[in-house]
Amino acid sequence: MAECACNCGEDELTKQLDKIIDPYRGQPGGLIQVLTKSQELIGYLPKWVQVRIAEGLGVSLQEVYGVVTFYAFFSLIPRGRHKLSVCAGTACYVKGMKTLIKSLRDVIGVKPGQTTPDSRFTLEIVRCIGACGLAPAMIVDGKDVHGRIEPEQIPEILEQYA
Amino acid sequence: MKSLDELAKIRENRREALKIREGIPSATEKAHVMMCGGAGCISSKCTDVVDAMKESLSKNGIADQVQIILTGCMGPCDMGPVAIVYPDATFYRRLKPKDAEAIVEEHIMKGNMVQRLLYRSPGAKEPTPKVDDIDLFAKQKKIVLRNNFYIDPTSIEDYIANNGYAALGKALVEMKPEGIIEEVKKSGLRGRGGAGFSSGMKWGFTANAKGTPKYVVCNGDEGDPGAFMDRSVLEGDPHSVIEGMAICGRAIGAEQGYIYVRAEYPLAIERLDYAIKKAREYGLLGNDIFGAGFNFDIEIRIGAGAFVCGEETALLKSIEGKRGEPRPRPPFPANAGVWGKPTVLNNVETWANIPEIILKGADWYAAIGTEKSKGTKIFALAGRINNTGIVEVPMGTTLREIVFEIGGGIPRKKQFKAVQTGGPSGGCIPAEHLDTPIDYESLGEIGSMMGSGGMIVMDEDTCMVDIAKFFLDFVVDESCGKCSPCRIGTKRMYEIIDRISNGEGREGDIELLIELANTIESTALCGLGQTAPNPVLSTIRYFRNEYEEHIKDKKCACNVCEFKE
Repeated sequence: MAECACNCGEDELTKQLDKIIDPYRGQPGGLIQVLTKSQELIGYLPKWVQVRIAEGLGVSLQEVYGVVTFYAFFSLIPRGRHKLSVCAGTACYVKGMKTLIKSLRDVIGVKPGQTTPDSRFTLEIVRCIGACGLAPAMIVDGKDVHGRIEPEQIPEILEQYA
Repeated sequence: MKSLDELAKIRENRREALKIREGIPSATEKAHVMMCGGAGCISSKCTDVVDAMKESLSKNGIADQVQIILTGCMGPCDMGPVAIVYPDATFYRRLKPKDAEAIVEEHIMKGNMVQRLLYRSPGAKEPTPKVDDIDLFAKQKKIVLRNNFYIDPTSIEDYIANNGYAALGKALVEMKPEGIIEEVKKSGLRGRGGAGFSSGMKWGFTANAKGTPKYVVCNGDEGDPGAFMDRSVLEGDPHSVIEGMAICGRAIGAEQGYIYVRAEYPLAIERLDYAIKKAREYGLLGNDIFGAGFNFDIEIRIGAGAFVCGEETALLKSIEGKRGEPRPRPPFPANAGVWGKPTVLNNVETWANIPEIILKGADWYAAIGTEKSKGTKIFALAGRINNTGIVEVPMGTTLREIVFEIGGGIPRKKQFKAVQTGGPSGGCIPAEHLDTPIDYESLGEIGSMMGSGGMIVMDEDTCMVDIAKFFLDFVVDESCGKCSPCRIGTKRMYEIIDRISNGEGREGDIELLIELANTIESTALCGLGQTAPNPVLSTIRYFRNEYEEHIKDKKCACNVCEFKE
């Protein structure tokens, strides 16, 4: 069963999940919005969450699972506290994305798609984040953009994220 | 908003307050500092510069006489953070927090420009202080980006001051729905998402389609790698998109709009969300807009990371909360769109053109550009080029002008090799075609496409086999898997190109790639698959020698590909 980052316990988490589902009850069209908010709450989308959403919106579990696995944004497994998303746009590729990923791997020791054993970082490759002027770029936790990254700057950047 | 007079009153009041941004000194204010707040400058920490400037203003006791405004993207991302100080229109670049004091104490208080922060053209001794004189901007023509230097994207009154919502007022009060569609048709505006279909015709089909309610949709799922034009419009001028959509709502008889934005653009979503709330507050969305009995509202839908959702039928499925898988057309969205109802779907940049066309007229718009491609196009310049960022130019401008005059050429004295347009659906254009004027037809003729406007410059160190492999890898990963030509065909192509880049290429591989490419082009279900082979075909067409070198000599002249021992 899921653990919540704030240690509030499963029941509390279920209550909060129901609050997300409530405005969309019986409306299959709200599925992606509900999944997005639920993942923000829990960090990923384990089976019990998908079951509850399916029942709430009145769609089959198969459809929920189909949507979750279709979109890159949704995850079935827990992720680290900080998400390191390396941009794989063309500009970043031309300007040294491969070297950036290799250097990140050397520092944190995991491959793209994996999470460090201490759950601190998840490394992933994302589609163009539109910061092409700053290539090669990485976005941390979906909001902090770091641009023109040189390999030797990596430890300093990662230090900001405990 | 109940009348044109009410709008005019807000416009006049606000315009008075913004005169300083037109270069007219003010009696009560010393300066307006327009700090670029595009995603590029924000990641170069422009907000720290703003904080430092505020601190310095307070220290000098003039905080109430200077406004600092975070604008949308100004374009020159690699010079960021950049700012323009009005009324002098002085352009400063590469600002650091420690520079804030000099700008406040020297420029704003004493009227002396801070020389070391001014822009200098490559090779020039003297700086170019005024923003309009800078080579990078001088060749541009701003229609879609008309507001990006001028307004605070979070202020609806700033937008109104620069004629915002006047086009909606005109459309509702003075025009008939058929007249609006006629005007858009006459303007020659074509879809800026890349395919280039006539927007006016699309509206006409939807207006005549049977079924209600009808919908208006904005495609903001800007997925092409290397493209960030839509992002800068949504961040810098969200009201222009809202206004364009509302005008279309009137023209086709729709009351509901959806804007689909990708989750990778959090700032765009935030600004858009705020703009929609403000528009409702001012009665520019909602019921009985301008007292014309017209109701219209907009909801945002956030994409969840699937490139194929930029394809229109897939996007419509995604709005309905389903897997974003494309379906065959016809029926086109004009007849069966969101929830199976008639729907107009246009791209962000297309929408932002609409208010100007309605306000200034189709003839004005049609006078800009080439015979078949009217108006301007925004490009996102990136890669191995001196000036990276956003540029807006009239259709018909040549690639050479964009790369070498506006873009400032290739850094470190390297040789230009190719420019890639159209993302994974486009192609690489070599030096011999640099004098091609940009329009939908001519780019197609040389094996690329307009696409949404990403333009990646490559120099002599870029291996074209590796670039083709990069795009194939992208397509293989993003293929939704519904049709086999795309799902299996692109994978087989990837395997062939992968072995070529490993030094294991075989005689006949190039021919096999071409054969597969032609089959996929003619049999794939949607635009993603049909155009997926373009990067490979165009690199074979212009850089076949590089493929042959990899296969026969087991050599990568650029030292990019790693060969197996």
